[in-house]
Amino acid sequence: MQAFWRDATEFLPILMSGVALTVIVTIGSLLLSTALGLVWALMRVSGIGVFSGFSAGLINVIRGIPIIVLLFYLYFVMPELGLTLTALQAAILGLGIAYSAYQAENFRAGIEAIDKGQIEAAQAIGMGWWQTMRRVVLPQAIKIVLPPYGNIMIMMLKDSSQASTITVAELALQGKLIASSTFKNTSVFTLVALMYLTMSIPLILLVRHFEKRAGHK
Amino acid sequence: MIKLTNVHKSFGKVEVLKGITASVEKGEVVCVIGPSGSGKSTILRCINGLESYDRGDIRVEGARVDRSAPSIVAIRTQVSMVFQRFNLFPHRTALENVIEGPVYVKKEPRAEALERGRALLAQVGLAEKADSYPLQLSGGQQQRVAIARALAMQPKAILFDEPTSALDPELVGDVLSVMRKLADDGMTMVVVTHEMGFAGDVADRVLFIDGGVIVEQGPAKSVLNQPQHARTQDFLRRVLHPL
Repeated sequence: MQAFWRDATEFLPILMSGVALTVIVTIGSLLLSTALGLVWALMRVSGIGVFSGFSAGLINVIRGIPIIVLLFYLYFVMPELGLTLTALQAAILGLGIAYSAYQAENFRAGIEAIDKGQIEAAQAIGMGWWQTMRRVVLPQAIKIVLPPYGNIMIMMLKDSSQASTITVAELALQGKLIASSTFKNTSVFTLVALMYLTMSIPLILLVRHFEKRAGHK
Repeated sequence: MIKLTNVHKSFGKVEVLKGITASVEKGEVVCVIGPSGSGKSTILRCINGLESYDRGDIRVEGARVDRSAPSIVAIRTQVSMVFQRFNLFPHRTALENVIEGPVYVKKEPRAEALERGRALLAQVGLAEKADSYPLQLSGGQQQRVAIARALAMQPKAILFDEPTSALDPELVGDVLSVMRKLADDGMTMVVVTHEMGFAGDVADRVLFIDGGVIVEQGPAKSVLNQPQHARTQDFLRRVLHPL
């Protein structure tokens, strides 16, 4: 136990630099996936065949490709096609695109759960499609969407470790580097696991808060 | 002001409207009665373009109703609708429901809309409920807020789609008396209803619809008291004497 604490004080500063990158990757891809997911979902429910068909197809393509392959593609293949991304950019873009499919399906479920009568009431006072979405449907859909959204946030935090496969020195990769140079596998990976868990706890509490609030109405 | 000429409408293979021709004059109260599934509600929904129609012509003050044309917005702001299940926006207070259309569709100044909104809530007897959310109100109160919301658009006519059918019996009267007052004030109204008492007392004219056609129409008293057509007689007997 004493050895663990000694190792912890020694490795923590290095691991913290990994935490910073983990947070950046998570927040960056969360924002990107939310924005893209909302676009896919709105296209899907637009009632315009071309849009909804495109969106449905795209979501299936994204869902069908492993995140790690998407990351390799962005980081290793895109330069050959003339687009060079830094590892961090590729990680955020890859995770953002990958998760946009799940975000989109979650948003769509929320939008479709809204009573048709709400949409008719909005139309009956002269609202157009976009205004109906913004003023009537989305504000109500948010309550339905938030609990699963919280779960997506937690999954995203953990999946940000996949960025290590394209050399982003986030928490998991920092841990692996320290472990392979010191052979203190137990201390290092226990520490890494505890740090992921510590970052998840606020998110877990947030999900619980969302669920309670959704349960009220 | 509302004119339907030979309107046909099918849902898939089922033809629900088989050539409806009718008109509603300014200031007139027309009640539409008939068995469920007869197409009554569909007629209302076609008038403000919530539903498309396949053939024929519907005009509001001379403008053709076409739900896919931009002109539908102008028609909807002139012809309000009150729904069977109220359809209030649950995330907004009663007052916010009432001013939603004026402020966000008609772009009226908020202060003006708020003042008129409060007056309308007072008119339907709910001045003190302005800040309540729909779920905190009874069905009858919700429907009266919905009527205030319809009135806030300053419409030329209001369509009522079975406005009391989802209410507990003891709450029906409050809603009907608000509607009666509107009729007395000269509002043009088309009311799909099963409330024969209301139709008899308030309506100028009654249309009896069955199987997608207008079977019989005329002054309320004569259609309800001396129905000419066998199907009308049969329907009224079932409604008035269910046992």
